[in-house]
Amino acid sequence: MVAILYLISALLFILALRGLSHPESSRMGNIFGIIGMIIAVFTTLMFKSVFSYYEIGAAILIGGAIGSFIALRIEMTALPQLVAAFHSLVGLAAVFVAAAAFYDPVAFSIGKVGSIKTASLVEMSIGTFIGAITFSGSVLAFGKLQGTISGKPLVFKFQHFINALIFLLIIFLIILFVVNQSPTIFWTIVVVSILLGFLVVIPIGGADMPVVVSMLNSYSGWAACGIGFTLSNNLLIITGALVGASGAILSYIMSKGMNRSIINVVLGGFGGEQDSSSSKDNSDKIVKQGNAEDAAYIMKNADSVIIVPGYGMAVAQAQHALREMGDILKKEGIEVRYAIHPVAGRMPGHMNVLLAEANVPYEEVLELDEINHDFPMTEVSFVIGANDVTNPAAKTDESSPIFGMPILDVEKSQSVLFVKRSMATGYSGVDNELFYRDNTTMLFGDAKKMCEDIVKSLSA
Amino acid sequence: MEAHSSEVFVIGLTVFFLACIIGYYVVWSVTPALHSPLMGVTNAISSVIIVGAILAAGPQGFDTSKIFGLIGVVLASVNIFGGFLVTYRMLSMFKKKTKKTREKK
Repeated sequence: MVAILYLISALLFILALRGLSHPESSRMGNIFGIIGMIIAVFTTLMFKSVFSYYEIGAAILIGGAIGSFIALRIEMTALPQLVAAFHSLVGLAAVFVAAAAFYDPVAFSIGKVGSIKTASLVEMSIGTFIGAITFSGSVLAFGKLQGTISGKPLVFKFQHFINALIFLLIIFLIILFVVNQSPTIFWTIVVVSILLGFLVVIPIGGADMPVVVSMLNSYSGWAACGIGFTLSNNLLIITGALVGASGAILSYIMSKGMNRSIINVVLGGFGGEQDSSSSKDNSDKIVKQGNAEDAAYIMKNADSVIIVPGYGMAVAQAQHALREMGDILKKEGIEVRYAIHPVAGRMPGHMNVLLAEANVPYEEVLELDEINHDFPMTEVSFVIGANDVTNPAAKTDESSPIFGMPILDVEKSQSVLFVKRSMATGYSGVDNELFYRDNTTMLFGDAKKMCEDIVKSLSA
Repeated sequence: MEAHSSEVFVIGLTVFFLACIIGYYVVWSVTPALHSPLMGVTNAISSVIIVGAILAAGPQGFDTSKIFGLIGVVLASVNIFGGFLVTYRMLSMFKKKTKKTREKK
């Protein structure tokens, strides 16, 4: 009976992910997920070995209240931090469950204290190891995303060598733990894994955060898997594998969006550094500057406008003003669409959520491969808070650090409007030759203020 | 669940690989626009680890294992409620805002 109920719950989780294939089916999917979780929790509460309903109920209420409070109050711009924080909790929970299983193996029928089955010990320590890494890595990622810790990659000598040594040390500790089942060794594994988690995320820069967040998502799944093996619980194994696979695929998509291998990202040292050397040769070139009225005039006389938002737009909280601008243009009979680069936000799909929050209909928001061939037929590209993802150097300049990265072909549209605070380079530290082209107009200023001014000019 | 331990492990491994394959296909079918909600949902369901925490917190009396279990229940609950709720918030923004008449290119 228990196995059947767990199976139903696992199937519901699969349906929850399946629902996300389309926005219309996604809400039902979320409900499937919730039902699956309720079934899983109540099935477990029905176990003969479970008595302490009050304590467990209280624990669920406390946790649930905290979780609900945070989830209802969080700003959508802060979504990546929230997800990182949540991942850290999954990791920590995995460590605690593993510890509980170690101290009371009878409750999980994996042996007795001091004589736990070898297989269970191995699975337990691997679960602990991944859980602890997820915990500390996510805490650090949270700090970097929140801005409490500098987003700059911290690279020091022998970094990878040290990480490799620590990894070997952990393997050694696990073997030792399996042999002598000592609590001291168990907690040493926890501490050393936490240290490794920090060291793994430290060298990764701010712009690579979408990959890191996805990777930690994946780890949290594998941690659940590890615990699932320890407890011989298929529900945990299935769910862990689903989450692990999901995170792995997202990491793959994100690193492909930056044309970098996952290994390259993990080794770190990219992003956040402003390398000024590459921008020197362009200092004497002329940029055409414009103001809000110019931009309004250009767009008003166009048939089609593609808006390319980047993280800078989110930082300036310009999404509502931007949508207002789009609405006015649409009323004038101009076709307005949004082009989203895979790494446009701080986590996968972040920009889509921000635009949806500003009431931009999702049908108008298109992915890179859906819209890229439309740029040559487009009159105006309105780039706001994005830079590297539009840089043609990614296609032409083999020496450029962003060479090979898929970009949005805004340079093919008849004219380009660039909203930027200054001439500063993007995360990659590469200058954008697009700024100096004849058909480009630079609109310097705060993204939100600029959109509001354009709205004013359009309505005048 | 009382079977020979290596047999249990092989069953677990079978389930694991099949689940990975299902995960692979299901996740690739997720539309890129919904990748953030995907992270929200996966975050919530990975907290099914609460099952283990409840088992640890279940027995009568108070010992180390039970305290660990209860902490695990609290942590996982934060995630379950937080994860599903934040996903709900995100998804409700993706409701259709234009009229059903979608002009095709």
